[in-house]
Amino acid sequence: MNVIEASGLGKRYGSTWALRECALAIPAGHVAALVGPNGAGKTTLLNLAVGLATPSAGEVTVLGGRPPGSPAALDGIAFVAQDTPMYKNLSAADMLHLTRNLNRRFDQRYAEDRLAELGIPLKRKAGKLSGGQQAQLALTLALARRPRLLLLDEPVAMLDPIARHDFMATVLTAMADDGVSVLLSSHVLAELERVADYLILVSRGRVQVAGEVEDLLASHRMLTGPAAEVGRYARRPVVRLSRGEAQAHLLVRATADDPVPPGWETHPVGLEELALAYLRDPAAAALPGPARIRSAEPSELTR
Amino acid sequence: MTTLTVAARPEENVTLRPVPWRRMAWVTWRQHRIALTAVAVFLGALAVSLWRVGIGLHHAYAAAAACRPATSPLCDQLQTSFTRMDGFLVNGYVLQAVPALIGAFAGAPVLARELETGTFRYAWTQGFGRWRWTLAKLVPLAIVVTAAAGALSVLCSWYYRPYLTTGNLFLPEESPLANLFVLRGVAFAAWTLAAFAIGALAGMLIRRVVPAMAATLAAYIGLAFATGLYASTTYRRWSSRTSSTRPPPRGSSASGGQGAAPR
Repeated sequence: MNVIEASGLGKRYGSTWALRECALAIPAGHVAALVGPNGAGKTTLLNLAVGLATPSAGEVTVLGGRPPGSPAALDGIAFVAQDTPMYKNLSAADMLHLTRNLNRRFDQRYAEDRLAELGIPLKRKAGKLSGGQQAQLALTLALARRPRLLLLDEPVAMLDPIARHDFMATVLTAMADDGVSVLLSSHVLAELERVADYLILVSRGRVQVAGEVEDLLASHRMLTGPAAEVGRYARRPVVRLSRGEAQAHLLVRATADDPVPPGWETHPVGLEELALAYLRDPAAAALPGPARIRSAEPSELTR
Repeated sequence: MTTLTVAARPEENVTLRPVPWRRMAWVTWRQHRIALTAVAVFLGALAVSLWRVGIGLHHAYAAAAACRPATSPLCDQLQTSFTRMDGFLVNGYVLQAVPALIGAFAGAPVLARELETGTFRYAWTQGFGRWRWTLAKLVPLAIVVTAAAGALSVLCSWYYRPYLTTGNLFLPEESPLANLFVLRGVAFAAWTLAAFAIGALAGMLIRRVVPAMAATLAAYIGLAFATGLYASTTYRRWSSRTSSTRPPPRGSSASGGQGAAPR
């Protein structure tokens, strides 16, 4: 099952396209990271997936073909929006009560236990909690709904490193215990390396890269060699070239088995390095490759 | 992982039973109890003052009407004391503002506050669903404020009864009663409902509380003037025409219809 599937998806605000020609198929069972610079279209994509926005072009479905915003879709999706909007004048206990009343399932026990564990007083108003506590409360409300897909929009952007770590630990625990699929948008790359096993890179409203982290890392290599000989390497698409005085670094689409020109060295790449290379060079989106939709067969095989 | 997820949720493919409406009732009450209490206190205070002034008014009218002979200085004094009692309420300006205030303070923030603070992204992504959420907020609030206004209008009708009594001799020719039309009977409740709807619509379109409130007041005042200038004149002309086709009731037709007819 694909938790989110989009084809030709586009969203236009006025005359500018916030997102266009987006083709995606995110399989279930992943922590997927939606990465891109500010204004790249991450929030737009999440809003489309949760039904807060309607597509200007193309279509998107969630949880195996359900229309976004439909009762069946909302029942299975929990969304924590950017800056974790909550009723500031309601207490944490009231927020639990509210969320319980608005959903078919709500695990009150889980929610109370978690807030106790986090030291968040039930009687305190949501607006009086610290930023980290508000984020944790919003996440608790979302997880207590026992969703099948958890969507998080920039969940850790406003948090200090400790709160950020705790937040991500909660997400990962839920993922392990409950099998919830997660899609989180972020521009904090360092945090993602630890948690994400699926990567979607968006920039300027287009999906640049989408794929399992393992596959992406296995299909990219960093080549280092004499700057003068850059032109010799033409076997595989070059994602990014950075040239120094003597040495040049090429991020290329290649596997470890691909032959390397004499005098060149090859290294595996890290997720952050890979993401940065693509983001620094939006033109790399023009390259064919992992940006294409992965049809049902490969995801079937990975089960 | 995927198979585990599926196995853990056997209920998933069963047709979804929606979250019951009654659960939303708590949400609506919890979030709007302050606004509803304020409306209740405001209308309650108005009702009490109407009641208190009204009792005096009714007594004064009864005394003046019962006075014989009508031309004596004592009766004259009684009549004057009745006609002077109209006070601030008689023209109905204060009461006419009530629907506008309800629209601005109870109607406009319902959607505007959610949109302004961003909480709509929480509320409209819960399992209850955004259309049902919106209905479950607007409909009960609209019913409550309309019913409250309806109750007040019953009191208004009672209050103004001395002025509207057939054959009332004490009213000046140029009576301010044209304004009273909106305050009596179903019109007042309807105006309140309209103001609430204008407020909710303005909140949705403008997405900010204070500008939406201002827009509600402006739109309501515009609408009230438009109907005052055009619609109610037409209505009165229409009603005077229909009533003139009937045989005129004894000597009493002078009160309502004739005032508007000679234009």
